[in-house]
Amino acid sequence: MSTPATPSPASAPQPFPAAGNLSDAEREELRRHGILLTSLEELYNWGRSNSIWPLQFGLACCAIEMIAAATARFDIARFGAEIFRPSPRQADLMIVSGTVTKKMAPQVVRLWNQMPEPKYCIAMGACAISGGPFKQGYNVLKGIDRFIPVDIYIPGCPPRPEALLNGLIQLQAQIKGERLTGPGAARHVRSDVTSEFPVPEYGEHDLSPPKNPAVWQPAPSLVRPTKV
Amino acid sequence: MSAADLSPFNSPFAAGTAGPSVRAVKDPFHGDLLEVSMGPQHPSTHGVFRMVVTLDGEIIVKLKPVFGYLHRNHEKIAENTSYLGSMPYTDRLDYLCSMTTNWAYALAVEKLAGQAVPDRAQYLRIIMAELTRLVNHSCLVGFLFNDLGTSFTPLLYAFREREKILDLFESLTGSRMMCNYQRFGGCRVDPTPEWLAAASRLVDNFPRFLDEYETMLTGNEIMLARTQGVGVLDAAKAVNAGITGPCLRASGYNYDVRKVDGYGFYPRFDFRVPLGAHGDTYDRYMMRVLEMRESVKILQQAFRDLPAGPIMDPKSKLRGFRPKAGEAYGRTESPKGELGFFLVSDGSPNPYRYRVRPPTLINLTLLEDMCLGHTIADSVVILGSIDIVLGEVDR
Repeated sequence: MSTPATPSPASAPQPFPAAGNLSDAEREELRRHGILLTSLEELYNWGRSNSIWPLQFGLACCAIEMIAAATARFDIARFGAEIFRPSPRQADLMIVSGTVTKKMAPQVVRLWNQMPEPKYCIAMGACAISGGPFKQGYNVLKGIDRFIPVDIYIPGCPPRPEALLNGLIQLQAQIKGERLTGPGAARHVRSDVTSEFPVPEYGEHDLSPPKNPAVWQPAPSLVRPTKV
Repeated sequence: MSAADLSPFNSPFAAGTAGPSVRAVKDPFHGDLLEVSMGPQHPSTHGVFRMVVTLDGEIIVKLKPVFGYLHRNHEKIAENTSYLGSMPYTDRLDYLCSMTTNWAYALAVEKLAGQAVPDRAQYLRIIMAELTRLVNHSCLVGFLFNDLGTSFTPLLYAFREREKILDLFESLTGSRMMCNYQRFGGCRVDPTPEWLAAASRLVDNFPRFLDEYETMLTGNEIMLARTQGVGVLDAAKAVNAGITGPCLRASGYNYDVRKVDGYGFYPRFDFRVPLGAHGDTYDRYMMRVLEMRESVKILQQAFRDLPAGPIMDPKSKLRGFRPKAGEAYGRTESPKGELGFFLVSDGSPNPYRYRVRPPTLINLTLLEDMCLGHTIADSVVILGSIDIVLGEVDR
C-alpha cells in the first residue's frame, strides 16, 4: 500500500496553492496524503493513453509478432490495448505491421482516412519504416510515412513483441504529453490541420503520386557541385 | 444483363482500388445477387488476401480470389543476389516456418552444386523442420478456430506452445522467427547438449498439450456442425489441380514428399502419413492434429539417434560460391505442402533463374470449388483450413 504519511511539521494551516502552480514534488506530497490534483487535460490524456484500440490489420511477417504480443506471454492487455478492432471506424491506432506494397498502399491510406481522430500510427518493422530488406523490389513502398504521418517507428525484422510493447509505451507517453489548447495543440483538436490524406492511385508503373509532399520530405542529401 | 457482367474482371473491384465494397448485380439465372469484396483488410483472410464473392442471399455462387497485395519481388531480388544472400529472404517467404523454407532452398542449391551434407546436419535439419511443423500446425488450428468464432482462446494455447519452441530457436539461432539456420552443406550453429535436452523435454511434453487441445476442440459440437461436410474436395480434382500437403492427404490421396522423395534422412525414420477419407474441413483439421503426433515421433527418434560429428561439410564454400551451369529442383514437404525451389545457374555468383513453387498459392486455386454452395461464413472456415500464408502466395 501507500507509504505512511509523514507528520507535517507545520502547526498552522498554510494557504492552499492553485493546481497550476504546484511542482511535481508538491503534488507527489499531496498524493501521499490521499489528495489527487490534476487538470482535465491530464485526466483526459491518461484515460486515452490507457485504452488504445488497435486496428486488427496484419500485412506480413510482423503481424504474427503483433498477434504474439496479444497472447498470454506478452499480454498487450496490460497496457489496455488488447481490443483489436477489425473496423477502422472503431480503432485508435494503426499498426502497419509488414511490407506495404504498391498495390496495398492505397488501401492502407484509405483505412487511415476512415479512422476517426484522435488516431495514431505505428510503423512496425523495417518494411513499414523504409521498405526494409525488400526495398530494392519494384513493387515495394519505401516506407508508409510517404503517405501518412507516423508517430512511432519500431525497427526490427520482425521486431520482438517486447519491442512492440515498448513502442506502445512510447506512444502512451506521447499521448500523455499532448496539449488540448494553445498553439501546440494536438492534431485532433485543431480544425486547421487535416487528418485525411489523398489516396494514391495504383498506376501503370508506380503509385501516382509516388509520395505525399505534405507528409514526407526526402532527407537532405549531400549535393556535390559538378565541375564545369 | 449478361453473365459476363458477373465477371470480376468487369467489376469495379478488379479494375482499380476505387469502388464500393458491396454492389448489387443482376444475373439472368439467379436474379438479384450481391457482390462483396472481402479483403484485403479483413480479419479472417489471414493477411492481405482478397476474395470477390458473389452471393445469392447468403450462398456463394461465385468466388474470385485476388492476389498480389504482398508481392515483394522475392524471385527478382534473389536473381540479383548471391546464392547465400537469398537465404534470409527465404525466411520471409513462409514466415511461420522459416526453417523448412531454408531447408528447401538449401536442398535445391546443394543439388545444383553437388554438395554433400554431414550426418549430424541432416538430423539437425529434421529436428528443426519437425519443430517448425509443430509450430505451424498448432497455430493453424488456433487460427482456424478463430475463424469458427472461438474468439482467440485456442490460439492462446497454441501460442503458448509456440513461444516455447521459439525460445529454443532463439537460443540456437539468435532470432525467433527468421532463423536463417541452414547453409549449403550443413547448418549454421551446433546445438549444445543442454539445448538438445531442453528440446527433447519439450517434445516429450508436447503430446500432453495435444491431448489438452483435442479435449477442448475435436469433439466440440459447434466445430462438428461447422466443419463436417463443409468444403469437400475430392481426390481426383485435388490431384489435377496440383494440391499438395495436408489438404491433399485429407482427401485420401497418399502423397507426402518425405516418403515419395525421401529427401534428407527421412527414409531412416519410422513414421506414418495420416490420411483422410472425406476431404472436408474436419478432415483437414484432423490431418494437422495427427501430423503433429507423427512429428513428435520423428523428433523423439531424431533426439535418440543424433550422431556426433561436424555440422558443415568441409568442402562447402560460403564465399565465392559459384555452382556450375545447370539447373536443379529441390523440394520438401513443408507444413503447408510441397515447397520447391527451381534454380538455373549460368556459372555466375547469382542464379540466372530462381523460381519458388509455393504450396499455398496452388492450394488456393480450388478455393472456389470448395466454397460454391456454402454460406459466406463457411468460406472463411474453408480458407482457414487451407492454411495460407501470404508471403508465400504472393512472394
